[in-house]
Amino acid sequence: MKKSLVYILLMFFLTIQGLTLEAQRFPKPEFENGHTQPAVQQAEPRSNTWEWVDIFVLFASLTVVSWLVIKKRSRRGVLYMSVFSILYFGFFREGCICSVGSVQNVTLALFNPGYVIPVSAILFFILPLIFTLFFGRTFCAGVCPLGAIQDLVAIRPMEIKPWLQKTLGILPFVYLGLAVLYSATASDFVICRYDPFIGIYRLDGTFLMFVIGGLLLLMGVFIARPYCRFLCPYGVLLNWVSRFSKNHLTITPSSCIECRLCEHSCPYGAIEKPVSENYKLDRKLMVRRFLSLAVIIPVLITVGAWTGYQISDELAMVNPKVSMANQLSEAEDNPERELTLNVESFRSSGKPAAEIYEEAKDLLGDFSTGSTLLGAFIGLIIGLTLASLAKFKYRQDFEPNKGNCLSCARCIDFCPVEKDGIFEKNNLT
Amino acid sequence: MAKSSKNTKVDRRSFLNKGVRLSMLVGLGGLGGTLLSNSTSVEMTWQLDASKCVQCGQCATSCVVSPSAVKCMHVFDMCGYCDLCGGYFRPGAKNLTTAAENQLCPTAAIERKYIEKPYFEYHIESELCIGCGKCVKGCGSFGNGSMQLQVNHELCVNCNECSIARACPVDAFSRVPVTDPYLFNGIMKTD
Repeated sequence: MKKSLVYILLMFFLTIQGLTLEAQRFPKPEFENGHTQPAVQQAEPRSNTWEWVDIFVLFASLTVVSWLVIKKRSRRGVLYMSVFSILYFGFFREGCICSVGSVQNVTLALFNPGYVIPVSAILFFILPLIFTLFFGRTFCAGVCPLGAIQDLVAIRPMEIKPWLQKTLGILPFVYLGLAVLYSATASDFVICRYDPFIGIYRLDGTFLMFVIGGLLLLMGVFIARPYCRFLCPYGVLLNWVSRFSKNHLTITPSSCIECRLCEHSCPYGAIEKPVSENYKLDRKLMVRRFLSLAVIIPVLITVGAWTGYQISDELAMVNPKVSMANQLSEAEDNPERELTLNVESFRSSGKPAAEIYEEAKDLLGDFSTGSTLLGAFIGLIIGLTLASLAKFKYRQDFEPNKGNCLSCARCIDFCPVEKDGIFEKNNLT
Repeated sequence: MAKSSKNTKVDRRSFLNKGVRLSMLVGLGGLGGTLLSNSTSVEMTWQLDASKCVQCGQCATSCVVSPSAVKCMHVFDMCGYCDLCGGYFRPGAKNLTTAAENQLCPTAAIERKYIEKPYFEYHIESELCIGCGKCVKGCGSFGNGSMQLQVNHELCVNCNECSIARACPVDAFSRVPVTDPYLFNGIMKTD
C-alpha cells in the first residue's frame, strides 16, 4: 500500500513538473490556490558588537581594580568590582569568553595556522597579563568572574599547612600542561569542558558541571578560592608574571611595624612572615641540599618524561579522531559484536576508514612527543617546588608573596599603620 | 662594607626584575602581534554542515544548552509537500493522520498543515524540537532531504569549543563566520 502510493505520487510529480528542476525525488509543486511558501527560520547570530564591549569592559575594570588595590587601597571597592564582574562577565555575558579559557585559543592558534583566532580571545589573554606585569594579580582580585564568585563565598577560610599548599600548587601546572597538549593537538578545550561555574552563570548545563561547581563553592567556604589556587591554569601564567611586577599591593602603606595583626588575615595563605637573619641554616646542610637537588631535579625530569611517553596513547584517547579510529578498528576486529553508535554513524557517512586511521597515526605521533614534554615539565615543576621548600630567604617585614597574592586587599584593613607613618608618630609623642 | 654589599645586592635584584619585566613585555607584545596578524575581526560561530550530517542523534544529547541549540530546520524550497511525509510519519504508520501514534517526532514538534489536494506543508516548532534528527533521517532516506539539522544561533551560546563538535562522529561541525552562519544542503532560492 505504502510503496504503491509512493510510486503513484512519484509518477504524478514527474509528469506534471517534468525533469526541469534539479534531480529531486519530489519536486516542489505549483500551488493552484496561490499559497505562498513561508521563509526558512534562520535566527541571526548574536551581534558582533558585544565582543568589543567585552574588551572595553575588561580594560576598564582592570584599570579600576588596579587603582583600587594600589592607590585607593580599598577592600570594599574590590568587593564591589567582584560583584560587578559576576553580574557582567558572569550572568550577563554568560562567562564566555574568559581569560582562563583563552589560553587554549592562543595555543590552538599557535599550533594550527588554519584556526582563525578571534580578537577578543587574544586581548582576553594578553590584557590581564600586561596589567599583572605592572600591578600584580589585580585581574584575580575582582575582574575574573570565576575568582569573584569564589571570593564571595570564602566566609570561614582555614589555614592550610604550607607543605600541603605547595603540593596542591603543582596541580595547576598539570592542568595547564594538559590543556596546552590538548589544544595544541586540536583535541579538546578541557578548561572549558570542566569550567566549574559556567553552568551557574548560564543557569543551564550538564549535571557534571553543576556537581563540580557546587562542590568547589562548598569547599570554597572553608578553603578559600580552591579553583584559583589549586587548579586555575591561567593562574600559573599570572603567578610567573606577577613575581616580576613593577608595582604590587603592599600590606602596609608606609613601613611595617611587625605588629602581626595581619598575620592570619590572608585567606589564601599568601602572606610571608619575617625571617630573622639570626635564623641561619648550617652551611654544610645547605651545600648538601643543593647537591641533592642537583641530582633529584634531573632524575624527576627523566622519570616524568618516561611516564609521559608511556601514557601518551592513553592521553591521546581524548582526541575524538584517535578515539574514533580506535573504535573502528575494534569493530573490525570483532565483527560479531554489536556496533556502537559512533561506528555505525561513521560507516553510514561512507568515509573510508583508512583516512581516519592515517590521521590518528599522525596524532599519536604528536601525542607521544607532547606528553613526553609534558611529563618532563611536570617533573621539573615538582623539582622546583622541592627547591623552593629548601630555599632560605631573609625577610624583614610581613609581605605578600608576589606570585601567590591575589590582590584581594583583605590584609590592608588589618594594618594599623596609616599613610606617612602617622600611627607611629602619634605613639612616639 | 657590609652596607655597600647589601646595596649592590638590592640593585642587582631590581635590575634583574626590570630586565625580566621588559623581556616579558616584549614577549607578550610579540605574541599579541603574531596572533593579531592571523586573527579576524569577523566573529566566528559554530555550525554543522547538513551535507555531512548522518543524524546519529548526538546533537540532542551533547549540547551544553538543554534542550539542544541544534534544531531541525525546514528548507521549503526543497520540500515536495508530500502527503506521505517520511519526516512526519513513523515507518509503517497505519493512517496518514495527525494522530500521535503515527508521528515520528518524539515531541510532536512538526505541524502538518493542509494546503490543497494532495499537498501538505510541514512546520517545525522550534520550541518543541530537541534536535534528535529522526525526521531529518526519515525525510532524507525517503524524500528530498528538505528537513535539515542546523544550529539555531538564537539559542547557541557560542561556546569557545562546541561540545557537540567533539561528539560528532563525522566531523560535521566547524567554525563559520557570523556573516554566513548557515550550512544548508542543496538548493535554496535566496530571494
